[in-house]
Amino acid sequence: MIGLLSHTLVGQTVQAPATGCQVTPGKVTGLCQAFNSLHIPVEYRTILPLLVLSIGALVLLVISAVLPKRSRPGLYPLLTVIISGLAAGASVFQWIDVGNHAATKAIGNQIFYDRFSVLFMLLISVATLFGALLSDSYLQREGLDGVEAYVLMLLASTGAMLMAASAGTIMLFLGLEIMSIALYVMTAYHRRRAASGEGGLKYFILGSFSSAIFLYGAALAYGATGTTQFDEMSVFLARTTLPNDGILLGGMALLIVGLGFKVAAVPFHFWSPDVYEAAPTPFTGYMAAVAKAAGFAGLFRVLLEGFHSQEANWRPAIWLIAVLTLLVGSVLAIAQRDLKRMMAYSSISQAGYVLIGLQSASSQGTAGALFYLLTYTFIIAGTFAVIGLVQGEGEARNDLGAIRGLGRRRPGLALVMLLFLLAQAGVPFTSGFLAKFYVIAAAVNRGQYALAIIGMLAAAIAAFFYLRVGLLMYSSPEVDETKEPTDGAALAGLRPIPGFDTPREPALSQGPGAVAASSDGDGAVALLAPPEGRVEIPFTVGITLAVCAAFTIFAGVSSPVLDFAKHATTYF
Amino acid sequence: MIAALLATPQPMSVHLAHASAWAVFAVGAVLILSGALGVVLLRNPVHCALMLVITLFGIALEFIDQSADFLAAVQIIVYAGAVVILFLFVIMFLGVDRRERFMREPFRGQKPLAVILGLITLAEILVLSRVGNWSTGQHGVAGDLNGPGENIQKLGQSIYTRYLLPFEMTSALLVIAVVATVVLARQQSRAPSELTKDEQAGVAAAAADKAEAKR
Repeated sequence: MIGLLSHTLVGQTVQAPATGCQVTPGKVTGLCQAFNSLHIPVEYRTILPLLVLSIGALVLLVISAVLPKRSRPGLYPLLTVIISGLAAGASVFQWIDVGNHAATKAIGNQIFYDRFSVLFMLLISVATLFGALLSDSYLQREGLDGVEAYVLMLLASTGAMLMAASAGTIMLFLGLEIMSIALYVMTAYHRRRAASGEGGLKYFILGSFSSAIFLYGAALAYGATGTTQFDEMSVFLARTTLPNDGILLGGMALLIVGLGFKVAAVPFHFWSPDVYEAAPTPFTGYMAAVAKAAGFAGLFRVLLEGFHSQEANWRPAIWLIAVLTLLVGSVLAIAQRDLKRMMAYSSISQAGYVLIGLQSASSQGTAGALFYLLTYTFIIAGTFAVIGLVQGEGEARNDLGAIRGLGRRRPGLALVMLLFLLAQAGVPFTSGFLAKFYVIAAAVNRGQYALAIIGMLAAAIAAFFYLRVGLLMYSSPEVDETKEPTDGAALAGLRPIPGFDTPREPALSQGPGAVAASSDGDGAVALLAPPEGRVEIPFTVGITLAVCAAFTIFAGVSSPVLDFAKHATTYF
Repeated sequence: MIAALLATPQPMSVHLAHASAWAVFAVGAVLILSGALGVVLLRNPVHCALMLVITLFGIALEFIDQSADFLAAVQIIVYAGAVVILFLFVIMFLGVDRRERFMREPFRGQKPLAVILGLITLAEILVLSRVGNWSTGQHGVAGDLNGPGENIQKLGQSIYTRYLLPFEMTSALLVIAVVATVVLARQQSRAPSELTKDEQAGVAAAAADKAEAKR
């Protein structure tokens, strides 16, 4: 980062030999030419949010080193909120700036400066802001308070922004690694939960494999096209016909696999439930929003920018992945008894809709997908905020029983959760409905009727488990063993299905409610009594919930947000 | 490079250059493969780590063959010098400088499966290489040393100009590594109820010792 700050110096060293080159007329030495042509200006405004976040992370580290240990609880989250707020402001500035000028490539053609990347910068800044707000109370409750979590979060967001803005596979890979490695550590952050470390290791090993696969794909794509830049790839492929395009197709397939892993598309989703369950709850929400958004940004860049002319080759592959993702995610979510695992499968199925938008390969599909990701950020932050509240200390209660009777204990909280669930199910007057509607409309416009129907079918399947949680919240908090409760269907779904979801052993979910939470579901009643005591809503979580809920309704009934997403696709 | 070898007849000196390049390639390939086999087959982890050095040397040789001298030097300094030493450190620290029992498989049928998958991959590569001539793209900017200028100079130029942003952003990875080490390796403070039985006994014994010493 230091080097970026001293770009004038770099510029001078590059230019200096050129001025010192006494060129004899008619004979320019190659060296001088090389120096002249390599002057690269660094346009800071093109990476402003990214700079704010990464410098902010360093500032946090310095402050934590200077201040005495445990000086003020809430200082680091406050600073993180300010930093990500500044980053969000910077991306708004960029949005206007790109509007006034044209979309360009910047800093040695390594990044795109267009509204597509700016939209993701805004999305990621907002997700970071929510992540910091939610982490504050959680980390204090768990006794994990410290500067490290926030530094990792800011740096992960930096990587995600790089991915969204990348103009070539090198930048994309670097952003992917920065984001992923920070996320591995964040997954393993809860040191006293054995599940957390286990999940972090699993994520690390599988993620490293997927990164390697991505890198292999990038190498093959480079071999096939002779460039790592997406726009040069597309120019090359438009100009040239490769009679034997094995290397190109192989590279494309491996790139899809590598990024498909990051967005947890089926069949590359196996890590996702374990990691979602293992990671500290606010980090799970953050991960679900940011990693998914950045992974999809990468997919859009690679497929729509680099391999635009190869549409006929990748669209069938994405079609298949989208169908699998929609169906497997929705069906397996029904079998889950753990809230976080259920949300993991739910977010897998949600990724399927974004894939529908990608598969359409049209600006309408891209706009729909961007709108989807934007609204999903708010929905998922709110959902995990509620889960973080009801799970209790030590993440004792992640089972569905924890949310039982919430409607009576905290009516407001239950109402907000219901809103988020309905939005994910795609009920009208929520942002989720419009988002699903636009991606499916894009598929229909491209004549993909089968895909559209499967998308709607998956929404119907998914509605079952979202409504089941909703019903649970409003059912009686007492567990009646003799009488079948009203939500009989819920009970049927709660029995573990062999092979799909083995309940975690008691030793792994340490905490006061561990033994109760892991009671086997073989008996007639799988539901547990809801936890005792009142659910306290900290101020920061309350703010997040209010903002997310307001946005979910606002984006569901009016169009400015969609227009926003539409403007971001002008580049494609 | 193989394509270059199969090219149309050339003057004698070019032939010689090609022959020497071919020889260097062959020696490097043998080193890489034998080192890799050693890493997998040897029983003592320390020997495995040392065999890795041979593989890395072979790769450095291939870099020289591609006239990427700087990368060859970096390969030896960073990988053979630093990374393998780090491996050895970890092996020594964990106290696994003894013979491991590899006969017990973590997953049933893992070994035959690995052999089958390996053979399939090999067959795939062979078939693909026989299927026909591959169409590849234009020459990249980072290929064989094109144009005037020295290796290190060109590398430095592209790192500090065209690839300035990627180069600088790797610093974020280093920061993450430092923070991650602090997070993961820091001594965890646990509540008494979360200790295992042995640890509780240990704590009790330590407390008793302290009380004894006080008296």
